[in-house]
Amino acid sequence: MSKVIYKLGDDISTDIIYPGRFMATVLPTETPQFAFVDEKELNKMLVNNEFEDGSVILANKNFGCGSSREQAVSTLKGYNISIIAKNFARIFLQNSVNLGLNTIQCPDIEANLGDDLEIKENEVINKTTGKSYKIIPLHSARQAIVDAGGLIPYTRKKLLERNK
Amino acid sequence: MGQTVVQKILAKACGLDKVAVGEIVEPKVDLAMSHENGALVINQFKEIYEGTELPVKVWDPSKIAIIFDHRVPAESSKTATNQMKIRNFVKEQGITKFHDIRGDRMGICHQILPENGYVRPGYVVCGTDSHTTSHGALGAFAFGIGATEMASVWTLGTALNVPVPPTIKVIVTGKLNQFVEAKDIILYLIGKISSEGANNKVIEFHGDTIKNMNISGRLTLCNMAVEAGATSGIVPADEETQKYLKFVAGVQDDIDLVTPDEDAEYDSIVEIDANTLSPQIACPHTVDNVKPIEEVSGITVNQIVIGSCTNGRLEDLKTAADILKGNKVAEHTRMLIFPASGKIYQEAMKLGYFNTLMEAGAVVANSGCGPCLGIHQGALGDGEVALSTTNRNFKGRMGNPKSEVYLCSPAVAAASAIMGFITDPRKIQLND
Repeated sequence: MSKVIYKLGDDISTDIIYPGRFMATVLPTETPQFAFVDEKELNKMLVNNEFEDGSVILANKNFGCGSSREQAVSTLKGYNISIIAKNFARIFLQNSVNLGLNTIQCPDIEANLGDDLEIKENEVINKTTGKSYKIIPLHSARQAIVDAGGLIPYTRKKLLERNK
Repeated sequence: MGQTVVQKILAKACGLDKVAVGEIVEPKVDLAMSHENGALVINQFKEIYEGTELPVKVWDPSKIAIIFDHRVPAESSKTATNQMKIRNFVKEQGITKFHDIRGDRMGICHQILPENGYVRPGYVVCGTDSHTTSHGALGAFAFGIGATEMASVWTLGTALNVPVPPTIKVIVTGKLNQFVEAKDIILYLIGKISSEGANNKVIEFHGDTIKNMNISGRLTLCNMAVEAGATSGIVPADEETQKYLKFVAGVQDDIDLVTPDEDAEYDSIVEIDANTLSPQIACPHTVDNVKPIEEVSGITVNQIVIGSCTNGRLEDLKTAADILKGNKVAEHTRMLIFPASGKIYQEAMKLGYFNTLMEAGAVVANSGCGPCLGIHQGALGDGEVALSTTNRNFKGRMGNPKSEVYLCSPAVAAASAIMGFITDPRKIQLND
């Protein structure tokens, strides 16, 4: 079961997820400390590990709009959480696939803070309200990257095939 | 059914006759651009090769461009070390399109690429910067990607899994009024279709207003296409593109103009009447919160910024100098100028724009991205308001979540600098 630990609105930009002033920090192992650093309550909850594994941050439309900075994904990948949003900005979604951040597109999702969700292959069930909502699946080409364990192993495999 | 420009570019880059919207393709990349985040790309690139026993070599060093622009000169030892790491890699791999921190070569990546003729019509260009959409101004299919995806491009020379995007056709017709610019067209468009209106789509620009627009204006349009979520903006190449590449960028080779078919299929069509457009302002904290200047005039401004990949070109500096000539920046307002490249800087100096701007009270800094994303100079204090020709006004964008950023054209920025509040440039008396 996945609990909704935080709710966000529309157009959550990469500047909110990972402010530009921390962009000199690039390594995925070093970025998680700055996740939502200006959303103090959320940052504290993440950094102090005050949530159960698999918890959900819920957002509205256009999550991750703005910059191509991959830190906005690696910073969240540092925690065992899923992001559910009505939809995601293109580059953010692609970066999530490439790094293996669990992002779920669920256009009609309705849930309150503290609701328990069950995330299935094709739908999200809100156990608190009893309602279920359809997931927009990843394109098969993107799913292939996820299945390979991310873009690094996926590319490595292609590289080795070419050099056979 | 005919093909859009991007369909034609992708088909060619994949060795196919045609590609269909929604199909997943793996196009060859003609140019792969990075800036300081190249440090992360290098990290991911080396990880791909781990355990393969293959030589760690990029697919084609002549097709990689690296430009230092985000934090120049370095603001911290951390950045300096990242830049050093990139410099070593550039040397080791034989990358030639490298622009270090030097007055004769430096600039913002989205100015350096066109200015040096690195981008041609029909190219597939990807960059680890969301504003890579800019290069559609030269008729290329140009899009932003993350660092790991760039590492994959450096390895294979292709962009993996590119969905052929649907295209929105935007037709702009009529003559722009005085002090109404390309920036106002794109802000108006974003306001109209919203910050996600073009998500995963391409915006193809048409109409006589675009036909008569120079490359600087087209760069502004395509640059901000991403603020509507677009994968890329594109102006189909024409005589103006050819002229720019030949005479400004010094390109000697023949230039192939790729244009859409008459019967290309579009996702939707948006028409804009340029005649009736006022200067536009994007209000905090989203780029689609756009209002005509009549509705926001009078808001007090603490800092004005003219610069960035959106509006730091010579024409923009000229507009600012023309308006500020013989005037003074208001006492309570700071005005910062960040030219888009060293070349523009030198030309603006020769033409006397900097004398005019500095006499008015503006500060001219070296070219770079710094203040636009709050990482190098020009940060805002708690509660302060900025009016800027840059491209984003997200909460915290200029380095302080307790500040506000309004976006505008260079003409509005210059007129507002004189008054110290948001001002319609058409109401300013010009001096000769």
